[in-house]
Amino acid sequence: MRDLHEITLTVNGREHTLAVEPRRLLVDVLREDLGLPGTHIGCEHGVCGTCTVLLDGASIRSCSTLAVQVDGRSVRTVESLASGPDLHPLQEEFWDKQGLQCGYCTPGMLMRAVEILEQEPDPTPEQVREEIASNLCRCTGYQYIVEAVLAAAPRLRGGQQWDPTAGTAATVPTEAKA
Amino acid sequence: MKPPPFRYSAPTTVSDAVALLVEHADDDPRVLAGGQSLVPLMNFRLAQPGHLIDLRRVTGLDTLRLEDDVLVIGAMVRQSTAERSPDVALAAPLLAEALGHVAHPPIRHSGTVVGSIAHADPAAELPAVALAADAEMVATGPGGARRIPAAEFFLGPFTTALEPDEILTEVRFPPFPGGHAFVEFARTHGNFAIVGVAALVALAGGEVTRAAVAVSGMGPTPLRLTAAEEALVGRAPGAAAIEAAVDAGTAGLAPAGDLHAGAETRIDIARACLRRGIEGALARALDRR
Repeated sequence: MRDLHEITLTVNGREHTLAVEPRRLLVDVLREDLGLPGTHIGCEHGVCGTCTVLLDGASIRSCSTLAVQVDGRSVRTVESLASGPDLHPLQEEFWDKQGLQCGYCTPGMLMRAVEILEQEPDPTPEQVREEIASNLCRCTGYQYIVEAVLAAAPRLRGGQQWDPTAGTAATVPTEAKA
Repeated sequence: MKPPPFRYSAPTTVSDAVALLVEHADDDPRVLAGGQSLVPLMNFRLAQPGHLIDLRRVTGLDTLRLEDDVLVIGAMVRQSTAERSPDVALAAPLLAEALGHVAHPPIRHSGTVVGSIAHADPAAELPAVALAADAEMVATGPGGARRIPAAEFFLGPFTTALEPDEILTEVRFPPFPGGHAFVEFARTHGNFAIVGVAALVALAGGEVTRAAVAVSGMGPTPLRLTAAEEALVGRAPGAAAIEAAVDAGTAGLAPAGDLHAGAETRIDIARACLRRGIEGALARALDRR
């Protein structure tokens, strides 16, 4: 039973039309069909958060979302953050503050942090701790992640270096294999 | 793991969605709203529907409105939308408070209020809130819509009074002029709670005139603790009334233990949550007068 459904997704500013089986998860379509493996797959039931992407600007779990559910909508993945060799301020601060060790949770952490700082551009450490609790990290103990998010906040408030609404990937995603 | 193959439809009207449920009745059809309970279950193949009927394109289901004093929430209203809604804060503050305990923001961006109630997880927050608030379930089937009181809706774990050809299209929360509190205990904030308590109390003339208390995680469904309510009504708000309600409310409880907490531990936690919930609701009711 191969029941294909045609969907249109805008991913990192680029529109794709794909034929997908309804059982395909958004994370698998991003990674396999669109060649964007930056979004990781962890627990596959919405707990760990490494698959977090932004859907029309709001964070969701791409492992607990069917691709057909987001037909016609706009997705941002971690690939949208860097601009060529220039890292996004959050990526630079994660690097600088050692906000990662194994790096498995990092794509989800970064996308959730983008949303946290869009909603509250000047958060307290307590707010960052509370909000980032949606994503699991088993290496860092969170301390350096919280520090990285707090360090990125004033740079993003300045806004001169990077336009968070541009949403265009630096690395152009490959066309759908369909 | 990944879901096994299934058929998928995204109808645009409730009647088409119901017709699909009827048409594919032999194919184990399931209704999909936000998918935050169903898709993980499908990933683990604990649920294997043959046909998924997605409500995302159905017009009119994503609205949240006040009908007189009754808050009406459609089947596709996301939890995060309800959480931020001034109408919910005003008309159903118990629901607003409980929503902050439902998983994490990325889950609430997709998950729906009504979907969580229809899923009927006995440990979940929103079924307990619906039960305490005397919400009415609007079930739409081939013959039209009928209303089911929350007290008659939850039949067992993940089992409700919905017929196989019915969709829970709306939940209606009546006003409660009084104080509210939602309290839960979870190992980690955002994880499934071990016990949750939803409490509503009204005061007049120095005594409790109305009380509604429901608990989650203490049985096969959320439970209304009528003995606790009876222990409160007619009493002056204070420690003696609260302790009487805690004793009465937990006296008949016989929860099943699991690896998260044994039965005795659950009763201890329920006592603490019940005490805090009733205290919180009484404090707000006193502020309100």
